Amino acid sequence: MDNRKIIFIGCQKAGNLYDLINKKLVDENLRQKVHLRKFYTFGLYTYKNIIKVWPDNIIITNITEDEIDTFIEEVIKNGKITKLKDKIYKKETHPLIKNTKVEFYHKQFRVVLRNSGVINPEDINEYIKRNGYKALAKILKEYTPDQVIEELKKSGLRGRGGGGFPTWMKWNCTKNVESDIKYVICNADEGDPGAYMDRSILEGDPHSVLEGMIIAGYTIGAKQGFIYVRAEYPLAIERLEKAIKQAREYGLLGENILGTDFSFDIELRLGAGAFVCGEETALIASIEGKRGMPRPRPPYPSIKGLWDKPTLINNVETFANVPVILYKGGDWYSQIGYENSKGTKVFALTGKIKNSGLVEVPMGLTLREIIFDVGGGLTGNRKFKAVQTGGPSGGVIPEEYLDTPIAYETLQNLGSIMGSGGMIVMDNEDCMIDVAKFYLQFAVDESCGKCSPCRIGGTQMLSILNKISIGHGEMEDIDKLISIGKAMQKASLCGLGQTAPNPVLSTLKYFRDEYEEHIKDKRCRAGKCRELVKYAIDPTKCIGCTLCAIRCPVNAISGERKKPHVIDQSICIKCGECYNVCKFGAVIKE
Amino acid sequence: MTHEKPHLDNVADKEITFYKAQEIPLPKELEDFIAEWKNKPGNLIMILHKVQEIYGYIPRKVAMKISKLLNEPLAKIYGVITFYHLFKLNKPGRYKISVCMGTACYLKGGNDLLMELENLLGIGVGGTTEDGLFSLQTVRCVGCCGLAPVIMINNDVYGNLTKEKLPEILGKYKQEGEE
Ligand SMILES: Cc1cc2nc3c(=O)[nH]c(=O)nc-3n(C[C@H](O)[C@H](O)[C@H](O)COP(=O)(O)O)c2cc1C
Ligand code: SF4
Ligand code: SF4
Ligand code: FES
Repeated sequence: MDNRKIIFIGCQKAGNLYDLINKKLVDENLRQKVHLRKFYTFGLYTYKNIIKVWPDNIIITNITEDEIDTFIEEVIKNGKITKLKDKIYKKETHPLIKNTKVEFYHKQFRVVLRNSGVINPEDINEYIKRNGYKALAKILKEYTPDQVIEELKKSGLRGRGGGGFPTWMKWNCTKNVESDIKYVICNADEGDPGAYMDRSILEGDPHSVLEGMIIAGYTIGAKQGFIYVRAEYPLAIERLEKAIKQAREYGLLGENILGTDFSFDIELRLGAGAFVCGEETALIASIEGKRGMPRPRPPYPSIKGLWDKPTLINNVETFANVPVILYKGGDWYSQIGYENSKGTKVFALTGKIKNSGLVEVPMGLTLREIIFDVGGGLTGNRKFKAVQTGGPSGGVIPEEYLDTPIAYETLQNLGSIMGSGGMIVMDNEDCMIDVAKFYLQFAVDESCGKCSPCRIGGTQMLSILNKISIGHGEMEDIDKLISIGKAMQKASLCGLGQTAPNPVLSTLKYFRDEYEEHIKDKRCRAGKCRELVKYAIDPTKCIGCTLCAIRCPVNAISGERKKPHVIDQSICIKCGECYNVCKFGAVIKE
Repeated sequence: MTHEKPHLDNVADKEITFYKAQEIPLPKELEDFIAEWKNKPGNLIMILHKVQEIYGYIPRKVAMKISKLLNEPLAKIYGVITFYHLFKLNKPGRYKISVCMGTACYLKGGNDLLMELENLLGIGVGGTTEDGLFSLQTVRCVGCCGLAPVIMINNDVYGNLTKEKLPEILGKYKQEGEE
């Protein structure tokens, strides 16, 4: 047994730190004693320069170049950490493990990310060592396609790409269509602008996705698979290419897989930065080399997909779940989760949260547990205002619903969606109109323009929001937003247009008073909408340092040295400079 | 947030005829790539990616050559190029500045960084400075939201930024670029 330590080095520019440590180890003749590995995704993005030591399972964060000597001394030579103690990230006991009452979850909590950060993603042997490709071997030997589908049905797995469609049904449909040629597509176009779950899976455990796709190929009777991956993810592409090559060398892809008469291969196709291409029919058009425009469904891709052939499309995370389900059984999987939402879900927890990063939690955990236990609460212990899930297709959820268990239906009932897993925490400094504007602007930018409800409705709604945010809104604008939004939901051709109004409608539902305040009182309580903010100087705090007066670009501030200053509102252009420069907190936003 | 609107080449018709008459040689790497992909259906986007990898953008001459090689109308090729945000019709600067406009960065002031960069560089999104040193673009979530707001200059990531820090960062590249 190789019992050398594995040192994972992860940081934004992994190169530097890696090279330095490598050199040092070579100099000290220690290089043979450890494995050294670059790493990128840790789910601990709040920290820079992270080093993880395996099997000790210690994570050291924010290590500087000067500390490399100490690191080698303490971690590699002595195995006793003293000086670097403060930099140890609490051992990998996720807060969740302490907090859930259900013993079961403790151990089975990482399903999709089971290998990420543990194995070297560029070495197929490490995947195999952790039971990789065993499910495939078992299936090819013992299972008929119908048995695979039966197992998936028992598991209760649903699509992780946003829609939550039962996976077994999709597979069954595609299997039942008669055709000599069929395709399997993995949707790795991850379009939510605040999320990177799929990328982490592809970078951290590419073989799990390949294995899921090969099993799908066997089940539905396809010989060719495609992974449609964003060109913006170069490392994921590189890792996938390596993984495919190695799988071919091992006879896991190509002709006669594992000596059976089943043949299957996978190729990559790159996206080119269009959000709408995440929609399945647009994605198919894009793989065909065309402009990525959606087309009406039915016919669904399972009947008529890529080059008009029956096509199975699933999301990255969906595929990554498949090998585990088939290895451990559908019954095992269905024990994890909540009502009709089984298994775990990976979320990209960001925004005003202490521990920002990827978390994988069992369905049914409450939002509060995710945000306050796993995520550690808000930065600066500020007050929670809302959490946004589902990205541009989702909505905000206010504090009173924080005890809602996470599941497809529960989130939908709140006017949001599970989506692909973006979860953005907001505090009192975030303006709900501004947030709605951000998402709607995104949808308008990304609308393909094919159908008018989305193209025109989106632009209309956006111009109303803009009007409200500069203080020109009228009360009837609120009704207009709702009626246009509802029309878009009903009449748009694809999911983009159908869900684009969600961020607006959900903020309206829960924060209508904030909209009214913008309209009636011309006030933005979060101080975000620039035109509505009024800057003033608190005379009790101002010590008359004159800094703000010097920095004000339009000379709106007057006052004598060492005496409280005042802002002339008729001159002020609301640039915020005085607010930012005052060291005494004397400039206030009203 | 404004998206870069790729404007079609503003070359005069005369020039186009000139290009037509002139056969430009393609680098071997690209020729091999096209040969490999030529008969695969749906190859256009993959070939355009390769072109952009080599030139940094999609030069009109090359698009014309590809139209010929693949036997696809130039209009269709331009239709595809302009649909996808990633394909560029103009040569980018030596240092590509990408401002993250993902949700986390937006909430933490990504827009302020963008405005400040526009001021400092005197260009808008999609523009390139006259000296060819910097070009400016927006991107969505570069996957380090914990460091928001984030910008990238070529492949270097700068996190936890405030607009006050920008002049110094730009200065470093400017110096490097002028050396
Ligand atoms: C505008 C739009 C964008 C989408 N983006 C993605 C995406 O980035 N990734 C994804 O897996 N599914 C995305 N989907 C959902 C896909 O159309 C499709 O439902 C999904 O890939 C099916 O896989 P699943 O059943 O495993 O979830 C998007 C849908 C729409 C309407
Ligand atoms: S809803 Fe929007 S994105 Fe979808 S087809 Fe219509 S215009 Fe295009
Ligand atoms: S907000 Fe700007 S313009 Fe107004 S007083 Fe302050 S510095 Fe001057
Ligand atoms: S939103 Fe900017 S890095 Fe994620």
